[in-house]
Amino acid sequence: MREWSDDRVQWVVGTLLRWGVILAAGMVLAGGALYFASCGSTIPDYSVFRGEPPELRVVAGIVREAVSLNPLGLIQFGLLLLIATPVARVAFSVVAFALQRDRTYVVVTLCVLAVVLFGLSREGSNTVVPPERFAPMCISSDAPSPSFHR
Amino acid sequence: MNSLEFSLLVCLGGVAAGFLGSLTGLGGGIVIVPLLALWLGVDIRYAIGASLITIIATSSGAAAAYVKEGYTNFRIGMFLEIATTVGAMVGAFLAAKVSPSAIAVVFGVVLLYSAYQSNRPRPERPETAAPDPVATFLKMDSNYPTVTGPQSYRVSNVPAGFSLMFVAGTLSGLLGIGSGAVKVLAMDQIMRIPFKVSTTTSTFMIGVTAAASAGVYLSRGYIDPALAMPVMLGVLAGSTAGARILARAETRILRTVFSLVILALGADLIYSGLTGRI
Repeated sequence: MREWSDDRVQWVVGTLLRWGVILAAGMVLAGGALYFASCGSTIPDYSVFRGEPPELRVVAGIVREAVSLNPLGLIQFGLLLLIATPVARVAFSVVAFALQRDRTYVVVTLCVLAVVLFGLSREGSNTVVPPERFAPMCISSDAPSPSFHR
Repeated sequence: MNSLEFSLLVCLGGVAAGFLGSLTGLGGGIVIVPLLALWLGVDIRYAIGASLITIIATSSGAAAAYVKEGYTNFRIGMFLEIATTVGAMVGAFLAAKVSPSAIAVVFGVVLLYSAYQSNRPRPERPETAAPDPVATFLKMDSNYPTVTGPQSYRVSNVPAGFSLMFVAGTLSGLLGIGSGAVKVLAMDQIMRIPFKVSTTTSTFMIGVTAAASAGVYLSRGYIDPALAMPVMLGVLAGSTAGARILARAETRILRTVFSLVILALGADLIYSGLTGRI
């Protein structure tokens, strides 16, 4: 097996970051195209903060909306992929430092991973997804409460 | 203005911000929030959520290129990320406690400081620093490629730099920006890391710092897909184009102009925050 030199680790990290961004941007673009097809003519209003519907706040909800091809769900899933990209880079770094037998940096990297995962695991901790909710479609000012058409 | 027109406008603004931001090295993310909040009347919380997503995309894209060039110091980055991610969490929690007006004022001050910081002269310093015990233990001393071969460097004042990185992380989580100006102060001036290494390593750190607070923003419903989509795609396209022509562009005048824009936006944000318009 080839040695895990710093150069090789850098190459893997660079490739991982690049493809993470490309994949996420592609997903957002696809969701965006669907969004304009169905909601392009609605009037957006972001001047009043209402917060996103619960389906678009938690990983499980976002995945469910994306699988059902809800445009906003697809975009949000792409954004989730984007957030996961640097996290995957940190997770890979743990493995890389372990292969290099650099204990100090395995510990350092695990600390960073723990903090980031703690931030992501807060998802859903303060939101409950009611099972009967319909998928959100278009955000617009004339939508019924809270912020989307049913 | 319908959704399609609004998105196109936001996307074009994003292309311009990303293009100028990467050409001048000031970063496009820093003008996204003021543009959305001041000109398009977007609530500052939605604006910050969209900006946070955008800087993950641009910094990861830029870092992918830098990493392969060999300037980025992974060990310095990983160690300082402990401070920036914890700071980012603190900033994200603060964002829910602080009023939008106060956020606007803090944002304005950071913009003014960034414009000042990026226009200071950057003296080349000789490589005479004594070995620093903390930096030696953390294996931070390294080298970077130059035209005449690898140039070695030493890292100093790690605890002070680490503390300032916590502040940079907090500002990043509170305002949805990369906090490049504070990071340069910490790495360039305090830890005495060579300019090229400190800027590339700082870019490398932005993605994971923003990811830490993005989780909190997402769960709070601050990240709106229909708004983040055009902002993210526009800035990503603009900054990628900017990076392509960076090598052959004369950026001094552009840099001055963009700094003046940042100064004006900063002053406007402070005014809007103080008068309660935001």
